[in-house]
Amino acid sequence: MKKIKRISVYTFLSIATIISIYPFFWMIVSMTNKSVDVTQGRQLPGTHLIENLKNLFEQVDIVTALTNSAIIAVASTFLTLLLASLAGYGFEMYKSKGKDIVFNILLISMMIPFAAIMVPLYRLFGRISQTAPMIGIDTLAAAFLPTITTAFFIFFFRQNTKMFPKDLIEAGRIDGLSEIGIFFRIYVPTMKTTYAAAAIIAFMNSWNNFLWPLVVLQSPGNQTIPLLISNLGSSYSPDYGMIMSAITIATLPTAIVFFFMQKHFVAGMMGSVKG
Amino acid sequence: MKQLFKKNNIGWLFVILSVIAITLFYFYPMIDALFLSLQSGMGSTLTFTGLDNWGRLFNDPTFIAALINTSIYLIVQVPVMILLALLFSSLLNDQTLKFRGFFRTAIFLPAVTSLVAYSVIFKYMFSGDGIANQFLMSLSIISDPINFLSDPFWAKITIILAITWRWTGYNMIFYLSALQNVDKSIYEAAKIDGASSLQQFLKITIPMLKPIILFTTITSTIGTLQIFDEVVNITGGGPGNATISISQYIYDLSFKYTPDFGYAATVAYVIVILVVILSTIQFKLAGDKK
Repeated sequence: MKKIKRISVYTFLSIATIISIYPFFWMIVSMTNKSVDVTQGRQLPGTHLIENLKNLFEQVDIVTALTNSAIIAVASTFLTLLLASLAGYGFEMYKSKGKDIVFNILLISMMIPFAAIMVPLYRLFGRISQTAPMIGIDTLAAAFLPTITTAFFIFFFRQNTKMFPKDLIEAGRIDGLSEIGIFFRIYVPTMKTTYAAAAIIAFMNSWNNFLWPLVVLQSPGNQTIPLLISNLGSSYSPDYGMIMSAITIATLPTAIVFFFMQKHFVAGMMGSVKG
Repeated sequence: MKQLFKKNNIGWLFVILSVIAITLFYFYPMIDALFLSLQSGMGSTLTFTGLDNWGRLFNDPTFIAALINTSIYLIVQVPVMILLALLFSSLLNDQTLKFRGFFRTAIFLPAVTSLVAYSVIFKYMFSGDGIANQFLMSLSIISDPINFLSDPFWAKITIILAITWRWTGYNMIFYLSALQNVDKSIYEAAKIDGASSLQQFLKITIPMLKPIILFTTITSTIGTLQIFDEVVNITGGGPGNATISISQYIYDLSFKYTPDFGYAATVAYVIVILVVILSTIQFKLAGDKK
């Protein structure tokens, strides 16, 4: 009886594993096959990898899309980390009743669905365009500016700041550092793993973001990688081998980040729920 | 005392940039959307029309289709996913299980993919001559291919399967981490008392994880209510409007059809209202049993 139970647990988990991994397997295999082989469901690696990649780089501007995505993701991650850690530190280290109220109001923004504010945001950037075209509609800046602070990351940094040794701050003050100096010279270097965890999540969110870039980026030269894949996927005569190559390339950065920093990634997600 | 006061003011400097950014990019648009919902017009010339947009909602077949579809995704997908995630996490929490790390990583892996990328893969897998049909036919489960993407029923199922694939492992990780904090002796005591695995799951695991189940249910609800990437990239909302979601309809109203920002904002507020109602219900349900 116990043995049967064991076997069924392993069988169940194995089936779940196959279902979870199979689309990745098929994506990579299809990257090496001709379009017609992909549609016929070929499950073995083929010999068309180089040709698919060549088509991809020649027929669509994937280099520009990758560059745009990278610029947006790096800028967004850097600003998110800077603003959210400043705020998380500020809320935790300098307490007052007023700040608690403000913090709770900020948390409400986590409940606001993006779809609900997309149109007003577009109008806002339309107005920004008139005075500051460099950060208005159809600029890379507009694609990342609305993502630079979220209540989630402030909450995340505040939670992690609770574990920060407060003695270090007193030591810094005695050494004559300014309050901002203490933050950059003592807090930031001490909290490296917290920053790493937040960076992974912020980078992934930005790299994979679709709806807002779709709204705000219009010219082909500002296309990001999810926009490019979406366009390829909806074309009338799709070259499946080429599309699968594009999808694999788009998935690589986040998959690599995940495999090398799995521990930080999971820690970062947990940071969002621990009391 | 003076010193402390000064430091508290410095504290405001640390938070001010975030407060400005969140006010500008979240709260201001929420208020703007409310005013927009009382206006109508094409493009940028808007006129005040009071509650006309709100009345229009109930006579708009596309909106009703979007509302029904989104509700179906929510009602079917969220409970299935949460239960599956709970099941995986309680199985993988067993210390004597071999390859735990491998199973965990594999089941979590879908959570790192881009929504657009996996949606396009699912679209191909579930096309008429796609792998899903080939597989089912080779096992003789079906004799003719199912029109996964062009049949109103199966198109919804495909989307539900896709979201479940993408998010189950993500939710599982929260439960797994929480289970690691549960004292193992509780389970041992239950075993000695003769509790079955199912009883242990229902009487220990679920009550212990209640706060995290609440958290994941609310985040999943908010996520599913604004589902966009999958619908747009797997079915495009079709066939007809059989899979269109509220978010896709807002996008279409604003950027695809002749832009009607006022009405789009009204539809957007429906999502906000649903989030508030459902979150309140979920909080109440979780709170009463505490």
